[in-house]
Amino acid sequence: MKTTFLEFEQPIAELETKIEQLRFVQDDSAVDISEEISRLDAKSQTLTKDIYAKLTPWQCAMVARHPQRPYTLDYAELIFSDFQELHGDRNFSDDHAIVGGLARFNGQSCMIIGHQKGRDTKEKIFRNFGMPRPEGYRKALRLMKLAEKFDIPIFTFVDTPGAYPGIDAEERGQSEAIGRNLAVMSELKVPLISTIIGEGGSGGALAIAVGDSVMMLQYSTYSVISPEGCASILWKSAERAGDAAETMGITASRLKSLGLVDRVINEPVGGAHRDYRIMAQSLKKALQDALKQVSDLSPAELIERRFDRLMSYGRFREQPIH
Amino acid sequence: MSWLQKLLPPKIKRSEGGRKSIPEGLWSKCPACEAVLYATDLDNNQGVCPKCNHHHRLRARARLDLLLDPEGRYEIGCEVIPMDPLKFKDSKRYVDRLVAANEDTGEADAMVVMQGAIKTVPVVVACFEFEFMGGSMGSVVGERFVRGVKAAIEQQMAFICITASGGARMQEGLFSLMQMAKTTAAVTQLTQHQLPFITLLTDPTMGGVSASFAFVGDVVIAEPGALIGFAGPRVIEQTVRETLPEGFQRAEFLLEKGALDMIVDRRELRDRLAALLTLLQRVPAV
Repeated sequence: MKTTFLEFEQPIAELETKIEQLRFVQDDSAVDISEEISRLDAKSQTLTKDIYAKLTPWQCAMVARHPQRPYTLDYAELIFSDFQELHGDRNFSDDHAIVGGLARFNGQSCMIIGHQKGRDTKEKIFRNFGMPRPEGYRKALRLMKLAEKFDIPIFTFVDTPGAYPGIDAEERGQSEAIGRNLAVMSELKVPLISTIIGEGGSGGALAIAVGDSVMMLQYSTYSVISPEGCASILWKSAERAGDAAETMGITASRLKSLGLVDRVINEPVGGAHRDYRIMAQSLKKALQDALKQVSDLSPAELIERRFDRLMSYGRFREQPIH
Repeated sequence: MSWLQKLLPPKIKRSEGGRKSIPEGLWSKCPACEAVLYATDLDNNQGVCPKCNHHHRLRARARLDLLLDPEGRYEIGCEVIPMDPLKFKDSKRYVDRLVAANEDTGEADAMVVMQGAIKTVPVVVACFEFEFMGGSMGSVVGERFVRGVKAAIEQQMAFICITASGGARMQEGLFSLMQMAKTTAAVTQLTQHQLPFITLLTDPTMGGVSASFAFVGDVVIAEPGALIGFAGPRVIEQTVRETLPEGFQRAEFLLEKGALDMIVDRRELRDRLAALLTLLQRVPAV
């Protein structure tokens, strides 16, 4: 797969094109230029490292939305085995923007639930750009209850611009579907480990992300509103999305320092899309650690711990009452 | 107070805060039927237009005043006050917006929680103040809500939340999003103690408030004509590129779609709530 380069990656793109050309020349050339190629390769690596070392929050959002970024079904294949996808909310339809099913994690039963985006235009439309309707959240809810019934831990993977803002979604109770999930997740008797793997878009993300551990991939983002949405409301211009991204604090490292996520999982140099396998390995290790942390707890202890975490969210002052 | 506000004569300042639901002026115009109303008539009718029954927006304290018995009221959570965890700044600094909102409304944040009684039935009522930054939910709203729920559980009484909010408060970033999970988790505790949780959705109830505890109430009530939904009408219109159907996201539309238990006229609210609370708690009618 040929890497798609983002705007700020243009220097890398140029270098890569040069390397590509040299490789092509080398095939029918008498002169050995392999040394030159490996020199340029190393340079490209360093350049990528440098650029990614100082990504702005807005650039980070671009990486989080990268068209080649691994999605939930990619991880289902790379981290888990025996994935059995389960469909439908039993009430209205099967929402393709959320996928889920049973699988094995290191041989043990588990439930996977995650947002799913599409790669090409046709699949993007099929997946509704990863924006679930109420039936998607109700499918997720059904699978969570199913996991609870059989005492199976749940892994959720978050990657959505947000819940779908459409007429049909409103008619079928988008608000209720999200709110219901929040209520049920806070009381689930089984471990729920949540990872933001791409875009964590507002309530549509949170609706499957109330977990015993909430982790983020290094270049994923998580925010109360999209930077564009925030900019168009507060600056009256979506052009200021970069400023909004900066001030809202949407990156993994910032949210970790604010105590809102538990762990940041490093990505391969140049982002998860450069190396699915390495990304999957680190994610698997992190999931293992997170699950181990809570697997010895009784259901009551687990719920109490989760509840205390939820109640601790928020920053405020207290003044003496007169 | 900013230097500009200091310069302005008090009269102009008052008109600046004139977005209040019941204007302080002698006369006001009903936004629904355009009838010119005498303020006292509107006040005496609980902010409902005597001509067309349009329910005007109410300030949080005015609402609590109408709803609760005069005796035995006790405010909860007013010790919790806002801060600026992100040092947030757009065209204005968040701390300045907080000060301005405080001066406009007299409130420290967008929620007032009061313990009291409705026709002698004890309750804790959490009420959003829409005039304070659009009733947006940040850390203080979340914490006051939770303290209200705790008080209800400690005293074994029902909990009611009256919503009027544009959604989560952007200026507190992800802290605000987490208030959705925090508040919704808190109300599950009421269920464990078999205490009623009733929500009254008023105009407007959108976004993060709509999509958290609003629809998980044991009984979900709305005021007539209230705009209630997840996404704002403009966002939906831009997404689907269609004109929205007449009455879309209004309380009557939601009732039709099965999202609400009932729509209640404000002037009957005390009676209806007292009936529901006593029925749910299996106590004699009041």
